Amino acid sequence: MTDIAAHPSHFHAEHGDEHHHDADHKPAFFARWFMSTNHKDIGTLYLIFAIFAGIIGGAISGLMRAELAHPGIQYLGHWYEMLHGAGTADQAHHFWNVLVTAHGLIMVFFMVMPAMIGGFGNWFVPIMIGAPDMAFPRMNNISFWLLVPSFTLLLGSSFFSGGTGPGAGIGWTAYAPLSTSGSPGPAVDMAILSLHLAGASSILGAINFITTILNMRAPGMTLHKMPLFAWSVLVTAFLLLLALPVLAAAITMLLTDRNFGTTFYDAAGGGDPILYQHLFWFFGHPEVYIMILPGFGMVSHIISTFSKKPIFGYLGMAYAMVAIGVVGFVVWAHHMFTTGLAVDTKMYFTAATMVIAVPTGIKIFSWIATMWEGSLSFKTPMLWALGFIFMFTVGGVTGVLLANGGIDNYFQDTYYVVAHFHYVLSLGAVFSLFAGFYYWFPKMSGRMYNEALGVVHFVIFFVGVNVLFFPMHFLGLQGMPRRYPDYPDAYEHWNTIATYGYMIMAIGMVIFFVNVIYSLLAGPKAPDNPWGEGATTLEWTLPSPPPYHQFEQLPHID
Amino acid sequence: MLKTIRGTVLAMLMGLAALGAQPVLAQAATSTQTVTPNPGAPTASPAAPAVAAKPADIQHLAPTPGVGMPTDHIGLQPQYTVIGGEAERFHDYILVPMMVIISVFVLILLLWVILRYNARQNPTPSKTHHNTFIEIVWTLVPVMILVAIAIPSIRLLAHQYSPPKADLTVKAIGNQWYWTYQYPDNGDIEIVSNMLKEKSEVTGKEKARTDADGPRLLAVDERMVVPAGAVVKVITTSNDVIHSWALPAAWVKMDAVPGRLNETWFKIDRPGVYFGQCSELCGARHAFMPIAVEVVPPAQFAQWIAAKGGTMKGAKTPDSTAGSPAAAGKPASGPVPTDAPVPGSAAKPATSSQPAVAQN
Repeated sequence: MTDIAAHPSHFHAEHGDEHHHDADHKPAFFARWFMSTNHKDIGTLYLIFAIFAGIIGGAISGLMRAELAHPGIQYLGHWYEMLHGAGTADQAHHFWNVLVTAHGLIMVFFMVMPAMIGGFGNWFVPIMIGAPDMAFPRMNNISFWLLVPSFTLLLGSSFFSGGTGPGAGIGWTAYAPLSTSGSPGPAVDMAILSLHLAGASSILGAINFITTILNMRAPGMTLHKMPLFAWSVLVTAFLLLLALPVLAAAITMLLTDRNFGTTFYDAAGGGDPILYQHLFWFFGHPEVYIMILPGFGMVSHIISTFSKKPIFGYLGMAYAMVAIGVVGFVVWAHHMFTTGLAVDTKMYFTAATMVIAVPTGIKIFSWIATMWEGSLSFKTPMLWALGFIFMFTVGGVTGVLLANGGIDNYFQDTYYVVAHFHYVLSLGAVFSLFAGFYYWFPKMSGRMYNEALGVVHFVIFFVGVNVLFFPMHFLGLQGMPRRYPDYPDAYEHWNTIATYGYMIMAIGMVIFFVNVIYSLLAGPKAPDNPWGEGATTLEWTLPSPPPYHQFEQLPHID
Repeated sequence: MLKTIRGTVLAMLMGLAALGAQPVLAQAATSTQTVTPNPGAPTASPAAPAVAAKPADIQHLAPTPGVGMPTDHIGLQPQYTVIGGEAERFHDYILVPMMVIISVFVLILLLWVILRYNARQNPTPSKTHHNTFIEIVWTLVPVMILVAIAIPSIRLLAHQYSPPKADLTVKAIGNQWYWTYQYPDNGDIEIVSNMLKEKSEVTGKEKARTDADGPRLLAVDERMVVPAGAVVKVITTSNDVIHSWALPAAWVKMDAVPGRLNETWFKIDRPGVYFGQCSELCGARHAFMPIAVEVVPPAQFAQWIAAKGGTMKGAKTPDSTAGSPAAAGKPASGPVPTDAPVPGSAAKPATSSQPAVAQN
């Protein structure tokens, strides 16, 4: 293993042939976008879907931050009234739980996952490994289109009874018995079916990625020469394939407990509510790596590109992701430290969880070593990648703190946990999404984004999310519990500041959308490779945007 | 009427003990009659003639600002247990420095590469992509750091799970949306603990919160009262969905899971009031079922138990003719068997500082 970069110069002969018109023949609008079998079009659909879902999920968090800005219930009753007519205080409080649930589910299943795996994975995995398309293009299509009824079911559930009030107020974790006997009415059934569909979508996508990556790499591209983003998606796909069926089983048992008189999670019939938590987190913990691993892959390419240096410790980087994936399956009960686990169990899960810090540390230091003695240019994608490394480190070290079972008697279910997982997701995964978006925007759209607006977006968003989420550590240190619409007055100070942070972040998002719309309409035309010699993966050997069908003659990798 | 209720509570507890593995069944069967959420009528209400002669309730403590409750300071709430102290030191002196040092180290490295290796300073990048030595270093050093964290962490867990012999057992039962506390060692009395509403929110004869009760959203009508310096074993369970019983100042959080009995413990020496909040999403009023623990001197505790109609451990309970006037006021001797007949409202423990007046 000496040379992992694919050199564009090797392909000039091949891709010269791709410009003939057959490669660029596109179907008519409806056939192209609604019956699509083209990985790039499906990737685009996924990205549009994720942006749409992200706007809804982000708006919901705006509602929550508005309500939490000051103690007391300010707006919940009014919002409830606007949506459902006059209601009781309990119904307004239930509405809060609906918001919390929807925000979590939307951001996880309909924003981050579709954007990372469905969007960037679909767009760039086939190109990076030199394949003309995904292995199963029609299955790729159904993967995407399953998300639409899934999202519709979730959004629709908020208008059906969910117990105390309309909507599923069970948290994204849907713990039994709150999600079974605690929430009668169709809303929770709809939310569960929504997860079934989203899960089926992801399993199909995972099968597609595994098949594509294992079988369709260009001649000469061994696994050890494969770009890290493809590695990250491969590991992610295996996590999806192993974790999601467990979620499907867990929530199917929720459904039968709710509707068909089974008692899997009901102690009165010999079941156990804790069984649900074990099953859920056996899925849920790998899920957090599903959300971050493709980000690792993207950040690796971006760091390498803008440092004009090959990735440092390529093999270590690839196998660190494999290690994170493997260990990620045996640490789930650290989400359950206060459920009454035995002391030996807690000791094991404490130790196992800490082990994950080692491969994560390897990745952080390898990114820094990639930049070391490099020639760094600070284009927008690089800013996001740098922000990602630091913010993910901060979220990572608080993760080491939370890994300690004895510490969680204090921190479990406090805002410290909220701060932690938003640092690794909202500042980790989302930063990597923005990094990838700016990095590949010229390739996907054929137009350059506006650099100045991109930098301003980064600066404002970076400040905003830190003002938003860092004070949550302080709230957690003082013991403020999660999922509360109202809190003792002592928590007001940092909550108010967090809400200001949300406002700053929202301004950043406005700039992002202005930039995207402006660049799509009037951005300068993008060259094949706008990033120069550092960008060595195959997508930069193609025109921007790539032809409708690329690599009709397969590239050869030395 | 009160007697019937107590009888049912006892029957329920006996059923619990007998059922062992499936305690929730017994509980679910009886709880609807015994556990009545009734914020309007505190259980200590002297209004009912049948209990008119009960010993007066103790003078309840007012909480100390900043103790057992959140503040806007940056840092953990002050700890009042040995375990809490150990965990606090582990957090303050090992975990926080570890987090700060690692974050600052990464930040310095990032700033260094940004300043030193930007395109202007370093126009020609090196082609290094491998260095076995440094890769081994950044694998092994984190391993050593983690081992250094794991040792006190595992020790803390071991200490948390090695409770001294319990002086008092309290069963904390989660309900949508209030807590009930049962004292199996003290004549199976049961306390229903509801959040106190604000003055602007109360209707009718409901008691409104005052500052002596505690901060908004934390104050309750009936606190869980325990003696200072006693090892309190807390057994948590639930009648409906999962709740979580939390007391940050004692470093305690334990889920209350229907069908399970979870055990935790604390020992607070300082008399005072300590607050916590339900810490597992349990439905609409999740944010409005606080936990308030009042730690009082042992004598006060005995008086409180008496006021609630319970008996002290060590006090002799009346003979099988429960409730007979002759039984009242007997000197204490021997432990109270938990399956003793229900002491009627007339049976007063001798340890009570209040005169036990027989009636019935």
